[in-house]
Amino acid sequence: MLRRRLNRLLGRDERIADRRTIYVGHRSGSTNDAIIPPKFCDNRIVSSKYTVWNFLPKNLFEQFRRIANFYFLIIFLVQVIVDTPTSPVTSGLPLFFVITVTAIKQGYEDWLRHKADNEVNKYPVTVIEDGRRIRKESEKIKVGDVVQVEEEETFPCDLILLQTSRDDDTCFVTTASLDGESNHKTHYTVPDTGRDLESLNATIECEQPQPDLYKFVGRMHIYTSNQDPAMRSLGPENLLLKGATLKNTQRISGVAVYTGMETKMALNYQGKSQKRSAVEKSINAFLLVYLCILVSKALVCTTLKYAWQGTPGQDEPWYNEKTQTVKETNFYLKMFTDFLSFMVLFNFIIPVSMYVTVEMQKFLGSFFITWDKDFFDPEIKEGALVNTSDLNEELGQVEYVFTDKTGTLTQNNMEFIECCIDGFQYKYRDASSELDGFCVTDGPVSKLQQKAGREREELFLRALCLCHTVQVKEPIECHDQGDGLMDQVDGLEADGQETSSLQEQRGFIASSPDEVALVKGAMRYGFTFLGLESKTMKILNRNNAVEMYELLHVLNFDPVRRRMSVIVRSKSGDILLFCKGADSSMFPRVRQEEVERIRMHVERNATEGYRTLCVAYKYLSAEEYNQADKGLREARLALQDRDEKLMAVYNQVETGMSLIGATAVEDRLQEEAAETMMALQGAGINVWVLTGDKMETAKSTCYACRLFQRNTELLELTVRTLEDGGRRREKRLHDLLNEYYKKAVLDAPPVKGGVTRSWSSTNQDYGFIIDGATLSMVLNSSESNSSRYKNLFLQICQNCTAVLCCRMAPLQKAQIVKMVKNSKGSPITLSIGDGANDVSMILEAHVGIGIKGKEGRQAVRNSDYAITKLKHLKKLLLVHGHLYYVRIAHLVQYFFYKNLCFILPQFLYQFFCGYSQQPLFDAAYLTMYNICFTSMPILAYSLFEQHISIEVLLDNATLYREIAKNAMLRWGPFLQWTLLSLYHGLLFFFGVRFLFSNPALQDNGQVFGNWSFGTIIFTVLIFTVTLTLALDTRHWTWINHFVIWGSLAFYVFFSFFWGGIIWPFLKHQRLYFVFANMLSSVSTWLVIILLILLSLMPEILLTVFCKPRGSNARQMKHRLPSSGTSTIFMLSQTASTHSFSWSD
Amino acid sequence: MMASSYNAKEEDGHHSGAASHGGPAVAKSKKPDNTAFKQQRLLAWQPILTAGTVLPAFFVIGIFFLPIGIGLFVTSNNIKEFEIDYTGVDLDSPCYSCAKNFSWNSTTPCVCTVDFTLEQPFESNVYMYYGLSNFYQNHRRYVKSRDDSQLYGDLSSLKEPSKECEPYRKRDGLPIAPCGAIANSLFNDTLDLYHIESNGTVNVIPLVNRGIAWWTDKHVKFRNPGGNNNNLTVAFQDTAKPVNWRKPVYELDPTDLENNGFVNEDFIVWMRTAALPTFRKLYRIIHKKSSTTPTLPSGRYVLNITYNYPVLSFDGRKRMILSTISWMGGKNPFLGIAYITVGSICFLLGVVLLIIHHKYDNRNNSADIPS
Repeated sequence: MLRRRLNRLLGRDERIADRRTIYVGHRSGSTNDAIIPPKFCDNRIVSSKYTVWNFLPKNLFEQFRRIANFYFLIIFLVQVIVDTPTSPVTSGLPLFFVITVTAIKQGYEDWLRHKADNEVNKYPVTVIEDGRRIRKESEKIKVGDVVQVEEEETFPCDLILLQTSRDDDTCFVTTASLDGESNHKTHYTVPDTGRDLESLNATIECEQPQPDLYKFVGRMHIYTSNQDPAMRSLGPENLLLKGATLKNTQRISGVAVYTGMETKMALNYQGKSQKRSAVEKSINAFLLVYLCILVSKALVCTTLKYAWQGTPGQDEPWYNEKTQTVKETNFYLKMFTDFLSFMVLFNFIIPVSMYVTVEMQKFLGSFFITWDKDFFDPEIKEGALVNTSDLNEELGQVEYVFTDKTGTLTQNNMEFIECCIDGFQYKYRDASSELDGFCVTDGPVSKLQQKAGREREELFLRALCLCHTVQVKEPIECHDQGDGLMDQVDGLEADGQETSSLQEQRGFIASSPDEVALVKGAMRYGFTFLGLESKTMKILNRNNAVEMYELLHVLNFDPVRRRMSVIVRSKSGDILLFCKGADSSMFPRVRQEEVERIRMHVERNATEGYRTLCVAYKYLSAEEYNQADKGLREARLALQDRDEKLMAVYNQVETGMSLIGATAVEDRLQEEAAETMMALQGAGINVWVLTGDKMETAKSTCYACRLFQRNTELLELTVRTLEDGGRRREKRLHDLLNEYYKKAVLDAPPVKGGVTRSWSSTNQDYGFIIDGATLSMVLNSSESNSSRYKNLFLQICQNCTAVLCCRMAPLQKAQIVKMVKNSKGSPITLSIGDGANDVSMILEAHVGIGIKGKEGRQAVRNSDYAITKLKHLKKLLLVHGHLYYVRIAHLVQYFFYKNLCFILPQFLYQFFCGYSQQPLFDAAYLTMYNICFTSMPILAYSLFEQHISIEVLLDNATLYREIAKNAMLRWGPFLQWTLLSLYHGLLFFFGVRFLFSNPALQDNGQVFGNWSFGTIIFTVLIFTVTLTLALDTRHWTWINHFVIWGSLAFYVFFSFFWGGIIWPFLKHQRLYFVFANMLSSVSTWLVIILLILLSLMPEILLTVFCKPRGSNARQMKHRLPSSGTSTIFMLSQTASTHSFSWSD
Repeated sequence: MMASSYNAKEEDGHHSGAASHGGPAVAKSKKPDNTAFKQQRLLAWQPILTAGTVLPAFFVIGIFFLPIGIGLFVTSNNIKEFEIDYTGVDLDSPCYSCAKNFSWNSTTPCVCTVDFTLEQPFESNVYMYYGLSNFYQNHRRYVKSRDDSQLYGDLSSLKEPSKECEPYRKRDGLPIAPCGAIANSLFNDTLDLYHIESNGTVNVIPLVNRGIAWWTDKHVKFRNPGGNNNNLTVAFQDTAKPVNWRKPVYELDPTDLENNGFVNEDFIVWMRTAALPTFRKLYRIIHKKSSTTPTLPSGRYVLNITYNYPVLSFDGRKRMILSTISWMGGKNPFLGIAYITVGSICFLLGVVLLIIHHKYDNRNNSADIPS
């Protein structure tokens, strides 16, 4: 007993342990111990939530966890248990409807997942068992199996590459379905695993599964019969991920290390955190108010009921005796049941169907974004992508936009502009000379202005050619270039003449476009990178000779180090280290005397908006190299803290280099970047640029985007300004912050509504610049000052038209977003970016937008919405966001409105029926009101309404301000709607009540009863509620017409139908011919018309009197000639110092 | 072209297993359709409510409502209505003793007579109503206390009435027909009207008890068990009469088979529960005899009441109402007044809007000129 428990404990320990051991091919290691096969999960992917058996209970449980559904369930149960005025059907049916719709939707989604799972799980794979190839279903793969994968197949689980059909022990994969990066990645076999897999006897030790796609640490022990076990380090380059596809390689074999739900892909798809929109918070607040109204109504009625019953003869007159059981119930219990009954009677005040309608609106509405052809980009043949539909309306509420610079504001389409070698500037001037470029042997001397020594030049260009991770596109991909060029590399070597034209077409693939630009730049100067083959880099030099370098190590780029290096061995045996990186990270690591010459160029280039990189090299002696090699290998073998160890070695190696030169790469602005930024600012949105780039580059981009203008006064808070004063940094920071605060906040006139005044004011505009180092000082300075600095900083920023944060680490970006998000008034933030470094801020902001750019798909994957170009942001916010917000806000308000004026007559009727909970409306009406009679028009409205046309919204960014700060869902409008519904409710009830002071309403003297009374009110209600919506509809498509008039027609038809038959399943035939009889009375017609008109009156008057604003915008549209020119006209107006006062 | 698109599809299909696993991240390389619907550019009517468009509407409403209102008001005023309370609360009222000495068990009905004078003659058909006050026919317990299938002539419900009828469901083991509180409290005062001519002769005024209930109720919703032509005494055997009734249901109108049992019109009228605690129900119709003489000439009348219905216990009142009827129903000044008020408000608003519209327009024009 004890032992068993101990065993179990141990077993569990083993699972928790931070590593796992895998026996390749299930063969034991050197020792002849029987293997205790460790238990790993099978290779079944289960993304579905339900099975056929547990769907019903599990789904119901999930659904009733939602507070609203639970509330209705309670109401339903009360109705079943307690003797309540309305039958359980009235709340049961809507609830059933809601639950069913949701269940069907979720069931369908799950079915799709099941299908996808099955497709993956049943996919046939080849497993090598005891030398035989066996076809298996993918789900049957176990950890340790040796799996064979053919070209173009996806890997069925995470594999360690053991054998490949290629000669150079590599294979190519594309991870397009994992992270969207479509370039081919090279993976390597584990060295020395040998050609013979059957006899391979090895174990793999690796970490437990973790979701990071780009991290893997492991170690492989290879046992050969006569030697000590050899140990090989395993890294991400050996790991083939499930979901990736094998390319350009005929066949590989690998051993499964992670299977099923433990693969990196499965771990990665475990949902993102849910973002909730501000509208949802408003809904909850309103719900709370209505719940209070509901409870107080029920309380009032209960109290009055017992007061009224106190007068003798009222409680139980002779004509209306209670049943025996009621008489016997406890007084307090009776009181409580009465309270519950009133709750049930009035429970319709909380709209059951609202959640369903809101969800449907969001889901269906989001299609309009994907369908928008303006978002379609012909280049990448893709449109916008909606990853979550929960935030549609949030797009209309954005107050802060945080944008990345590279790839977002700029195109990330790099072009090599110039370089500087040893302080001499080399500019590539003539674009037409591209073809006969500098690569011909006689060229360079004349064209490169002979300033630096030729040797240095060549060194520099070699560095550019070698120091990168670019791949040459495989010749197979270039089929269309002609039949004779099957092998481009060979062709190049064979025929020099033909190659020059081919070089231009040569495709380079790299994770960073900078590298491609640099390689292409080097090519223009005569050094062509031919490719990497089995650790040998080939370059074609100016003399059309192929130089070979053995690639020893790649010291990868990372954003913290901000540089990358390669270590190569030249033919002559020299070992060289080439390093390129950002100036700030390079200058401290090179010999100082070289820095000054280069620094000047770098800074000048930066101010022109170019991206600069410095290039350095160093010779490594054999001794140095051995030491570095050992360090690197050790670090790579480490199972723990591998990154830290690697970093330490990198830093150690990359020192004492000598600077050769610098490069300048231009990153052109995105199309219409300036216009988009101007439009955003015009919409009252604060734009912050967060970039990892250096200040000068970023600043010039900001000027180019018109975020800063010539008259903008820049407030700089950077390391440079801090060092200017010569005093202590902290002190200086304190002074500067106070000074800027005084300037930007105190001296500026108070702005109403917190709207930035970039448009119509003559006030001084401020721009704020801060860099990463200073920001961390602001945020992390001594405890006492920290919050104060933060506060000052925020206030200054809020008063600036644009803020630029440069030299940001990815985490700092998120930090800033978080800080603004949590500041006073909790503004709605939006982050837009395209790269992996923007993911953190995309996840942090209320709305995250990814740009389908060149830096892979990570941003897109983590975003809420993805667009193809920055310029689409304008339409996304100003049009889609605006419309979605107005639609959903109206939807929410309308729902509360229609339910309050639905239930108010019921409440008032209690005063006339002895507080007996007698419902005014028939059960059928109570049930159908929210489901059938009034749901469709508002859904159509919330999908198609355009209160202002798309063109006008695009042209007038200021319209966006009208809905800022949740304008339509604040308490003001809520009160307005509530008052309207109170007015309607009172009008309906008392109008009909006075009519019924003489119930003889027919011309044959016959009288109407209580059901006629209710039906008249209900008819007025349906018509008024629908027509109120019709009045608010500014955009009548045929769907609106169909749905609005259709609903009314349906109501009339239904009423005739419902009252036209004696329904055998009903206990009471309450409405039998009530509706038809009602319509036979002229007085009823007259009162219905009167009440409808009277209740619509305030709405009409309000819209007429509140017109000026809207009509202004409309007129303005007429005044300005056309959309395109008007924008430009306005832009030019505001760029000057003159104020342009059309908005006054 | 064809091949490439086919390829793309193939590739999609190939990846779909892996890609759709993660959810929505499937990239579609399809250009969005350029349809009006998808681009939110459906042809739309965009009405704008401005003073200009609303103005005529207001005037039109005013112009229509005022005459209707005046018409309604005049019609309502022309309707003659006479109302008399015969509850017998006061000592000097003729029914005082009947009201005071009421007992459910008395076998001899208490009769009282009320004299009244009609100042004006009642032309055309006159409708006689009884009115009850402070009688909660709309009380929930009361409203639901009925069995419509029993009243529809269903035999099983006749034997086994619905639970809703409690505590008026069974009596001494026998099912009550008709069951429930509504039926049990059927108004059972008998009202007879006599005209005393100037020469002293007393004329019985013929009161018609047909045509007082909704046609559909009388012919469809209410049916006697086993059809209307059978012997009702047999049809209702093995049922008990409601507790407070003086006679069983098949004796409600023994003279007329069409008006007996469940299809008795007085009963049907009562079964249509009133909306408010003060209500009136149609009791009898006095048809116009000839075109020359008024239906009820002015003069003295006697109302003979067989006082069976106690209301004092719950502080209720009973009234007898004589009324003529117009196309709009009974006398009700509310509708006329409401129409006149709304009509004139609309008209006034129209005028106000007109002024505003003019001023606003002018200002707009002047603002337009400099720009």
